[in-house]
Amino acid sequence: MLESKIPSGSVENKWTDYKGHCKLVNPANKRKLEVIVVGTGLAGASAAASLGELGYRVKAFCFQDSPRRAHSIAAQGGINAAKNYQNDGDSTFRLFYDTVKGGDYRSREANVHRLAEVSANIIDQCVAQGVPFAREYGGLLANRSFGGVQVKRTFYAAGQTGQQLLIGAYQALERQVALGSVKQYTRHEMLDVVVIDGKARGIIARNLITGELERFFGHAVVLASGGYGNVFYLSTNAMGSNATAAWKAHLKGAFFGNPCFTQIHPTCIPVSGDHQSKLTLMSESLRNDGRIWVPKKKDETRKANDIPEEDRDYYLERRYPAFGNLVPRDVASRAAKERCDAGYGVGTTKQAVYLDFKYNLINKYGRAEANKHGIENPDEETLIRLGKEVVKEEYGNLFEMYEKITGENPYEVPMRIYPAVHYTMGGLWVDYELMTTVKGLYALGEANFSDHGANRLGASALMQGLADGYYVIPYTIGNYLADEIATKPIPTTHEAFEAAEKTVNDRINTLMNIKGNQPVESFHKRLGKIMWEKCGMARNEKGLAEAITEIQQLRKEFWSDVRIPGDIKEMNPELDKAGRVADFMELAELMCKDALDRKESCGGHFREESQTEEGEAKRDDANFSYVSAWEFKGESNWDLHKEPLTFEVVKLTQRSYK
Amino acid sequence: MALTGLFLIAFLVVHAGLNACIWANDGGKMFNAGAHFMGSTVVVRILEIGLMVGFLLHAVQGIMIEIQNRSKRKIGYAVPMGNKGSKWFSRWMGLLGTLVLIFVIIHLAHFWIPNRSHQGWLLGEEINLYESMKEIFQNPVVVIIYIAGCISLAWHLAHGFQSAFRTVGVHNHKYLTMLRSCGYAFSVIVPLTFIMMPLSFYFGWLS
Amino acid sequence: MEQYNMNLTLKVWRQKNKDTKGSFATYNVKDISSEMSFLEMIDVLNEDLIKEGKDPIAFDHDCREGICGMCSMYVNGRPHGPWQRNTVCQLHMRAYKDGDTIVIEPWRANSFPVVKDLMVDRSALDRIIQAGGYVSVNTGSPQDANAIPVERERAEAAFAAAACIGCGACVAACKNSSAMLFLSAKVAHLALLPQGEPERKPRVMNMVAQMDKEGFGSCTNTGACEAVCPKGISIDNIARLNGEYMLSAAVASK
Repeated sequence: MLESKIPSGSVENKWTDYKGHCKLVNPANKRKLEVIVVGTGLAGASAAASLGELGYRVKAFCFQDSPRRAHSIAAQGGINAAKNYQNDGDSTFRLFYDTVKGGDYRSREANVHRLAEVSANIIDQCVAQGVPFAREYGGLLANRSFGGVQVKRTFYAAGQTGQQLLIGAYQALERQVALGSVKQYTRHEMLDVVVIDGKARGIIARNLITGELERFFGHAVVLASGGYGNVFYLSTNAMGSNATAAWKAHLKGAFFGNPCFTQIHPTCIPVSGDHQSKLTLMSESLRNDGRIWVPKKKDETRKANDIPEEDRDYYLERRYPAFGNLVPRDVASRAAKERCDAGYGVGTTKQAVYLDFKYNLINKYGRAEANKHGIENPDEETLIRLGKEVVKEEYGNLFEMYEKITGENPYEVPMRIYPAVHYTMGGLWVDYELMTTVKGLYALGEANFSDHGANRLGASALMQGLADGYYVIPYTIGNYLADEIATKPIPTTHEAFEAAEKTVNDRINTLMNIKGNQPVESFHKRLGKIMWEKCGMARNEKGLAEAITEIQQLRKEFWSDVRIPGDIKEMNPELDKAGRVADFMELAELMCKDALDRKESCGGHFREESQTEEGEAKRDDANFSYVSAWEFKGESNWDLHKEPLTFEVVKLTQRSYK
Repeated sequence: MALTGLFLIAFLVVHAGLNACIWANDGGKMFNAGAHFMGSTVVVRILEIGLMVGFLLHAVQGIMIEIQNRSKRKIGYAVPMGNKGSKWFSRWMGLLGTLVLIFVIIHLAHFWIPNRSHQGWLLGEEINLYESMKEIFQNPVVVIIYIAGCISLAWHLAHGFQSAFRTVGVHNHKYLTMLRSCGYAFSVIVPLTFIMMPLSFYFGWLS
Repeated sequence: MEQYNMNLTLKVWRQKNKDTKGSFATYNVKDISSEMSFLEMIDVLNEDLIKEGKDPIAFDHDCREGICGMCSMYVNGRPHGPWQRNTVCQLHMRAYKDGDTIVIEPWRANSFPVVKDLMVDRSALDRIIQAGGYVSVNTGSPQDANAIPVERERAEAAFAAAACIGCGACVAACKNSSAMLFLSAKVAHLALLPQGEPERKPRVMNMVAQMDKEGFGSCTNTGACEAVCPKGISIDNIARLNGEYMLSAAVASK
């Protein structure tokens, strides 16, 4: 049933072979083929632009007021690429190996190798577009290191790398809009996929300004609609980030892969109260220079700066001497939770740990600067002053952001951080060509499950989004569309369009007619609480089973008591949100079901039943070396398909960062 | 706007320089000689036409831009931004410019028209400008109008000077900073020089 | 920072859609924590409004971390509120005290028609980018990223300009509703890099032409845009744009 279509041959030749043999569409025929791209983040914008350049007629959709707002823009730290500009032993193979290992051996070798191969090309492309990456004084590109790896391969633009890359892709997209090859539909939300004779042939979208439903035809449909971290209500995702497009595709037959794999990012600004609407990330790159610690004493009452060195527990450095503060995200998050649960947390809520820059401010940067300026025996004050200048240059915007939110100056007092939901490795199941189980329906970027296994390494999301959009889909979609050149555009009066629109319309009407008492937000908050507590950083069988019952209960309550003000045929953000939350509630159940099925611990998925004596995650390769692909069968009813993962190159070991 | 502005700034230097001759304390001899030169030399007369054109262009264009820009926001704010992001005189260039325009018309009526009309071809007999200044500036109302006009000019220049350089594309931060200081200095020194003239006559500081 | 609670009076612009006339409505909000963000305060108000069966206030927002550029409120006479180099989503309630009155208006400019309440249509900015705000390079196999070294200072200046989030606060603040800061940020970003060189002249001409067509006003260098820009984009970029424009216009063959 599951055909992953991985080309034969050795892993380093698969992609080259594929490109050499896949079918092509000639330029004249490309003009006759229409492609719908949903989402305009890194994956969507790059795909729409690249397909437009090739000559396809593209329609690009986003729910925001401009493609440039997509949440890729918020990525801070950087983008990985196997350029080996630093001469520190990096290579395509090493990036591939690190990614598979970082993902705790739950990703496909072939996909990850392709990702590593095109990574270098992405940097070339972005520089050619005018993306202003950080540079050294000699004018060449600068790199920094990130969690989970021992080389410096991350390219960056201050703490705004995602923004710069997205603007690059956005500009490429706008260029195609100007050239007429891409038509842009902003403030449009996709609410269903239209499937005709087993092939995706269009979408139903709601114009968010007028509230009208509109039909769009495409020979193929590409979903690049991002991840589903907002299931947890509080996450680092944007307020509008949602799973609706992916979920509708799932309901129409696309299998959902590894839904339980969510990444909890270790360094976020902690929750301050019930009013909290979202969480803000502090880039992982900060862990390069910050040291994480908690007091050695429980219920410590002294202020951070008053706690002497001997009373501090640098628990990451203690537990993982080899990687120290740069262990992968899942490991760092769990270690923070472990300390806080054990009663060593800091701040008013006790749900936070310190991220302290003082040591490196003085010893790393301060001393280097002092040496540079020829200052001998500098005092601590001078070192701090000198160090501050460098840190400001590297992370200035992050420090400012922290201060705006918390009112504390992180140059003076350590940051308080706590893990938060950040990324979802799971997503629509796709084959090697990024096609879902519905023919002609593709999923790119965070919306698919393919490259990060059970845990994503820092600075790899941007790499994957752009790889999929710039370098993968232009080839693989051609391989499909080559057989579609004879297909005439199907008029949107076709009965499948009628039926899809009716389903969407009925659902909207149902929602509006509930006229209950509770706002959408309150359901979303409650859903998030269930998920965070029972399907969050640590999961167990009992909790997950409870979560499923609670979610079903909540869903029932939602469909009988939600209150949505306003009308259908107008701009109505509450209605938009209601639809998204309703989908989150269905997806949440599947996430719990998947987590329940996967009795091992791996990457971001930690099952308390499966841990070593030291409390580290324990994988079970004998029984769980597969991708879970869930087929929707009806309400609360799914069939599990297993795609076995075979490793020809990488040797499976228990990850160790000690 | 910027080009005509810079042109007019250059004119101000000449005007202020020439008029400063009244302080030569020679009963207006040097000043009158200068005025005669300006009034009787063909090249200068031709340049004067250029000045007129430049001035009119500056005024007309200024008024047009002001009207156009005002039309770009049909519904305004209930709470205006005021000085929260910009200096008042940078926002009121149109008003300041209009005040300067009115002042210049009065000024021309006082000196330029009688002077030019008495130069040879029309009414003959060149008038003694120094003496006419002395006479006109005995009236306190005129003196106050002149001071007010020059203060409007000062504020107009305080923004206009540096703005003109920005508009013609000077973008080096170092130079822009220098030009801003120069602009403030210019907008104090030149109008102050002009203000001192009626005051000098009124209070009889000249011998 | 000590936490405290406050009661506030809000005067908010309400407008059903672009074709209807709007007006101010007054609301009282109670027990607002100083640790809330400004938008969370609006969330609280909206939740109350929904419970009362009223239409909540529509406003644009998405990332809530100051980078997507979607949020756009003119608060007490200043785009994005009182803090310097800040978006309204990053404004926190400790900026206010008990009993304050806050007036919230949408961005005002003919080129930014109101969509609903505090939401405006900023697609004009997209169209300015479409007119030339890019490097015409197709996806493919460009030369190695390190083939052309770029002077670090120039790269940093390009980045500083490219940091624009396209929120439109510059337009909202400008007395002329000019989009010159937005436009100049893009022109400067690309003019500073060798990759932008080949299209330098047509880019600036076309983008300026589009800006005029969209009905934005002209720049009179008041500096209000720079003062409210959440990313601190410098108006020196506008001066650079002017230079680029004059040079391009001077050598243009048609």
